[in-house]
Amino acid sequence: MSHHEVLLVVGAGHAGAELAIQAREHGWPGRIVLVGDEPALPYHRPPLSKGYLSGEATLDSVALKSRATYDKAGVELMLGRRVASIDRHAARVTFIDGQALHYATLALATGGRPRRLPAAAEGAEQADNFHYLRTLADVDRIRARLVHGSRLAIVGGGYIGLEVAAVATRMGLTVTVLEAADRVLARVTAPRVSSFYEQVHRQAGVDLRTGVQVDGFALDTARRLVTEVHCSDGERVRTDVVIAGIGLVPDTDLAAAAGLDVEDGILVDACSRTSDPAIFAAGDCTRYESPLYGRRIRLESVPNALEQARCAAATLCGKERRHDGVPWFWSDQYDLKMKMVGLSQGHDRLVLRGSIEERSFCAFYLQGSRVLAVDTVNRIPEFMLSKRLVAERLPVDPERLADDSVPLKNQIAA
Amino acid sequence: MPALTVIEFNGKEHRIDAEVGKSAMQVVIDAMVPGIMADCGGACSCATCHCYVEAPWATRLPEPVPAEREMLECALDPQPNSRLSCQIRITPHTEGLVIRLPQSQV
Repeated sequence: MSHHEVLLVVGAGHAGAELAIQAREHGWPGRIVLVGDEPALPYHRPPLSKGYLSGEATLDSVALKSRATYDKAGVELMLGRRVASIDRHAARVTFIDGQALHYATLALATGGRPRRLPAAAEGAEQADNFHYLRTLADVDRIRARLVHGSRLAIVGGGYIGLEVAAVATRMGLTVTVLEAADRVLARVTAPRVSSFYEQVHRQAGVDLRTGVQVDGFALDTARRLVTEVHCSDGERVRTDVVIAGIGLVPDTDLAAAAGLDVEDGILVDACSRTSDPAIFAAGDCTRYESPLYGRRIRLESVPNALEQARCAAATLCGKERRHDGVPWFWSDQYDLKMKMVGLSQGHDRLVLRGSIEERSFCAFYLQGSRVLAVDTVNRIPEFMLSKRLVAERLPVDPERLADDSVPLKNQIAA
Repeated sequence: MPALTVIEFNGKEHRIDAEVGKSAMQVVIDAMVPGIMADCGGACSCATCHCYVEAPWATRLPEPVPAEREMLECALDPQPNSRLSCQIRITPHTEGLVIRLPQSQV
């Protein structure tokens, strides 16, 4: 078999693993090589800030697929290996150890890395008890420090920060959350939903502070441990462990260095093609043209990574498939199952349905009579209907939407 | 290892030696039987691992928890014997379990 038939997938997260396996399902005839820079078998990322962090999930249960599955699919795993560069002219990648591999088709599923906290750059980042949370290795280090009675400072009130707060509080830690914006989840949700989550966390005992910039850290004399977080309002938070969760930066370095079109994400079309016909890309590292929203979007979302990977796999096997799925996300905190569908940017009206007090509600983000996005808390059937509302652009009557006595289903049929 | 039989929508049968402790979803994924997408990875969040449990297992398995029951209402073509395969745990007592897969998950 010649290298003309090699499909090389760089990045072994949700998108990379799915792409490799699906390419075989779609009939890729040659070698399929899946390269990942972590040593572990590709794994599910969402449990890292939930079940795996708390110890309920094990390494085995978070694996995306068993080793036997890759064997069966004829997907060669190259784990613990890092690609240094792509030579598009020679159709070849070079690893940091100097080894090279030719490809017929290359797929980039490089994901992202945590946005680094500027205030941690001067030493705190190197401390043993300062952590970002993206990989299994991150969480293994964090877990060793999540001990009953310890103090945990979380920088960032996004999904990662809040999910960790929920787990750590339940484990008996004293938790402080420091959020720079004036509310949690500010980037993704409406003020009413933010205040609901703030209240839930405070009731659980989390010391949640908003509008607080972190501008420095105090270290112990050996400079091995962070002892205090310094805030812009003069507050000093004493702590035993720090976790920063302030967002994700798409990993586009390889693509950019190879001269592919990159713009806060590797630019791809609806079939996951990059600006080079021999190279595809999928997952968090990409920005794609969304037919639903009529603009380029970058999503940090597992369902998106999987769907994009499936489209890439089909397309590179000659069965062109467009990615027109609706974005969706979920976040489990305490007993709350939050599921969100769509993107709310550009909404002109928010309609609430159900009861925030009873922890069972939906928030509809409307633009005229079109539903752009919906947040649901403990309302699974309505979440599934909301997916249709958003995906199929079904018109709604905003007044009736709020009427919880009329099932949402009937409102769609109307 | 308890045997699990998976029947695809087209009638194709797969008899799999299932590992105790795994979920039926994981077993089906590991065996690369098409028809289960398992997008959320077993978090009971997406209903893309919907299956039908054949008699007499429908009544022998532990009851679905409310979250699973709610998800099932949203699956395509739900039936009284519908389950999310991510919520079915393989144990020594599930020897001979038979599940059928729906036409589509989405």
